[in-house]
Amino acid sequence: MDVHGPLSDDGVVRLLTHTGDRVEHPVYSRYAEELDDSTLRQMWREMVVVRAFDREATSLQRQGELGLWVPALGQEAAQVGSGHALRPQDWVFPSYREHAVAHLRGVNLAALLRIFRGLEHGAWVPEEHNFHLYTLVIGSHTLHATGYAMAMDRDGLVGTGDPGRDAAVVCYFGDGATSQGDTNEALIFAAVNNAPVVFFCQNNQWAISEPATRQSKVPFAQRADGVGMPNVRVDGNDVLASYAVTREAMDRARSGGGPGFIEAFTYRMGAHTTSDDPTRYRSKAEEEYWAERDPIARLEAYLTRRGALGDDFRAETEAMAKELAAEVRVATKSASKPPTSEIFDHVFAEPHTIVDAERAWFERYEESFTDAEGGH
Amino acid sequence: METLTLAGAINAGLRKAMERDPKVILMGEDIGALGGVFRVTDGLHKDFGPDRVMDTPLAESGIVGTAIGMSMRGYRPVCEIQFDGFIFPAFDQITTQLAKMHYRSRGKITVPVVIRVPYAGGIGAVEHHSESPEALFAHTAGLRVVTPATPQDGYLMIQQAIASPDPVLFFEPKARYWDKGEVDVDAPFTVDGASAAMSHARVARQGEDVTLVAYGPSVRVALQAAQVCENEGVSAEVLDLRAISPLDIGAITRSVKKTGRCVVVHEAPVPFGAGAEIAARVAEEAFYHLEAPVLRVGGFHSPYPASKLEHDYLPSVDRVLDSIDRVMVH
Repeated sequence: MDVHGPLSDDGVVRLLTHTGDRVEHPVYSRYAEELDDSTLRQMWREMVVVRAFDREATSLQRQGELGLWVPALGQEAAQVGSGHALRPQDWVFPSYREHAVAHLRGVNLAALLRIFRGLEHGAWVPEEHNFHLYTLVIGSHTLHATGYAMAMDRDGLVGTGDPGRDAAVVCYFGDGATSQGDTNEALIFAAVNNAPVVFFCQNNQWAISEPATRQSKVPFAQRADGVGMPNVRVDGNDVLASYAVTREAMDRARSGGGPGFIEAFTYRMGAHTTSDDPTRYRSKAEEEYWAERDPIARLEAYLTRRGALGDDFRAETEAMAKELAAEVRVATKSASKPPTSEIFDHVFAEPHTIVDAERAWFERYEESFTDAEGGH
Repeated sequence: METLTLAGAINAGLRKAMERDPKVILMGEDIGALGGVFRVTDGLHKDFGPDRVMDTPLAESGIVGTAIGMSMRGYRPVCEIQFDGFIFPAFDQITTQLAKMHYRSRGKITVPVVIRVPYAGGIGAVEHHSESPEALFAHTAGLRVVTPATPQDGYLMIQQAIASPDPVLFFEPKARYWDKGEVDVDAPFTVDGASAAMSHARVARQGEDVTLVAYGPSVRVALQAAQVCENEGVSAEVLDLRAISPLDIGAITRSVKKTGRCVVVHEAPVPFGAGAEIAARVAEEAFYHLEAPVLRVGGFHSPYPASKLEHDYLPSVDRVLDSIDRVMVH
């Protein structure tokens, strides 16, 4: 494609070509060398399993079991690569499409669907996974991530030299979010406070129907230049490169070197959500171009060529994917409506007389029907 | 007892809270070396250092958004929004994020952020420096909204707001910043139940014939009106609400059941203001005790006017007396 500006992949860090050939990079090759075949196989498996989950969730939505689904198809390498560069003590602030990162952080994917079935707004305990709740308002969480990182710094978790202690935050968001005021404010607050936070922008080319050219005249990574923040563009469909650039940026943040910005150049292969219809705004040719750059196929080709992906491992992975999909289906279909009293739970942390009065009124109102029906 | 201005009392309360809890940090524009444009944080930067009294970039959403992130790690940020009219860039973070975090996490995340807002008019300021946006926040579940009217309350309520595990909008009546009053700096304070403690209405003056419900800057106006009408043989009770969310409905209805009449006074525009909620509650809970319709005295449904006009816009003693006359007819 002969393009410039944000649509061009000029200058992206790439360690695997789209045909799965390994290429070198003067800065980042050394990080990829940390990944042995066994780890790479595992990363391939995670991508395959999460994609199967993703497809199952779309089916569940089509069958009326979910109100909405937000597919991450095509972004698996950016997420699995960056997710592998995190340490247990690091914190993740996701937007709402980071299903693969959630999986890596141990979030139960069936539970995650409770959000999309309309059972609750936040379906996991962030402290158990160092993975904050999804945030649906675009870019709002970039500030929370920055404040959280500022607090980690205050808590003495940065630059101690202890690899088991030093920590940083990674914040995921998309190309559309870079236009939000909050995101720009987050870059400024992070920069002037030298906060240990890495901004991980998944440029998947589309903000629902709006192309990247409606958000920017320049590649998104350059937004960070304005605040003096180190930044890099990476081929987001290359799991090795995604790992390498995140490793480097997180290492720097943990050691006290301050924030960083990563633009992962990738593609949203599916719809924005199950309510979207991409045929109204993008071409078949574009989708075909990106289908040839599928992140899973790329790693698969590389591993297969090295003889590192045996038939047994493939079969086992396929079975795991099927099993997860089945589990998710059963868990979703059997998840029933929460009690209505939950409307009033946790509005405040301490008692609030208005909420208490409304709860009491509602209970009496519901009981009035029980009495009328003969006390059952 | 010490004699302090309201600004000085809030300053003393902030100092006390910072001494009590090292997790308390102040964030805002010009709150450091300058001590804030109203000097409410005067001396704190010098005594606690720039890590605990942080001058922030000029970005209100950024202040509140990063405060949310810090509070998730156990900090208790106290944000200063320089003027009422500058809070709107942060409105989304306050109403969409801060107010809902505890709810959406099913109680797993608490965000004890306090947002201090010098508010209301009467100081001859330029545009966007005299507004009363409290109803916008009281309408949002998950936020506590309070406003002190006296130095004693300023001193205690800021500490209670900081101790509350809930987000608190702390509206400071800027025209009252320089009013002096006696402050018991050793007044009993407990962290437990701080939210409830700052939400009890105060009977600022006892009366028999009409209840004047006020808060923040309007408490003084209501007290002055009560003084005047006493000379005319009308005994007015003045209730200082302290909290807009939650409203102390019990205190309001108790008083109205006694007097049979209710006039609500606030600077915010009357339509859809706190007075509308109060009038509706009184009608629901004290209907058969009412001798007259509940009346409201406040700002008009216009943007805040140029300062030479503000004294005609604001609820004056005369306008409060006019409403008292109208309810006393019944």
